[in-house]
Amino acid sequence: MKESRKQRLATFGFGVLVAAMVGVLATAVWHLPEEPPGLAGEVEARLGDAGASNPVTAVLLNFRSYDTLLEIAVLLLAVLGAQVLAGDEADLAIVRDGVRLRDDPSSNPVLEGFVRVAGPIMVLFAGYLLWVGGHAPGGAFQAGAVLAALGILLLLAGTHTRLAVMAPAVERGVMVAGLGAFLTVGIGMLLAERRFLEYPVPGAKWLMLLIETCATVSVAAIMIALFRGGRLIRGTCPPQREAGSKS
Amino acid sequence: MTTQLFYALCGVSLFGIGFYGMVICSHLLRKVLATNLMSSGVFLVLIATAARTSGGHPDPVPQAMVLTGVVVAVSATALALALVRRFYRETGETRLPATGVVTKED
Repeated sequence: MKESRKQRLATFGFGVLVAAMVGVLATAVWHLPEEPPGLAGEVEARLGDAGASNPVTAVLLNFRSYDTLLEIAVLLLAVLGAQVLAGDEADLAIVRDGVRLRDDPSSNPVLEGFVRVAGPIMVLFAGYLLWVGGHAPGGAFQAGAVLAALGILLLLAGTHTRLAVMAPAVERGVMVAGLGAFLTVGIGMLLAERRFLEYPVPGAKWLMLLIETCATVSVAAIMIALFRGGRLIRGTCPPQREAGSKS
Repeated sequence: MTTQLFYALCGVSLFGIGFYGMVICSHLLRKVLATNLMSSGVFLVLIATAARTSGGHPDPVPQAMVLTGVVVAVSATALALALVRRFYRETGETRLPATGVVTKED
């Protein structure tokens, strides 16, 4: 692409502008106070009532649970948007030499062997991450990410999975489970004459664990679906159209 | 210069590089990647500024914000990639048209 002199000048000028912006931001960061008040003190003070001894999990699931609720809603929005955009392109199929990869597991035996060995370990590790999030770094999103990685490995290895043949209602239920559990707990608190998402102190740990379990399943399902272009269920793929053809 | 300040400055430069790439690169996939780079820069700044506490433990609130931000960035990237795929399917192009008007005849 031949660039005119004007384009090159504009690019350079924009580069100078960005450098100036970076300079301003760097100056701002340089002059940040050494030990600001922050919220660490308040979190430390109320950690006993939080239902989790890991402060990050307490902040995520209790003190700032509304942010986490909206975060799960954003994930759901992304997968719905991806489904809408996928339209009638039913599957993001990985094709090698004309053969759709999921129909031919022998095309990558090392990957398939690795998934056979690592798969159960990853499931176990996800469960461990979910539980240990209460008192050490871990939690729902980390566990969901490990499960999503397992799902993507299964897809890449071409191994047939029950993921692809679940009923549509189950697929929808699994994706909505995290947001649904969160909203149920929140509204349940409203019905119990507390504020929205205000957990009772003795039961906080189990409520948070319930929310985290549903969120793990949801996050994993949504991320696998996003990798496949929006759906978990294997669709009937129409004949591949040429890109840009009018039909 | 403390370690946190160094990481924060790295985060700021990542943000600048990503912003430059997002505007200048014409390939849509590179724009998406540059946006991801910007978000990585922001997360690095947040984490670096979380380390400045008087006690031994870093501030958990920015860490939780970064966790949330990572998930939101993943969702946004996935949706952006779905948009790029759809754009490619409709027009066969991977760059936005120079005139800024997209029609099927282009």
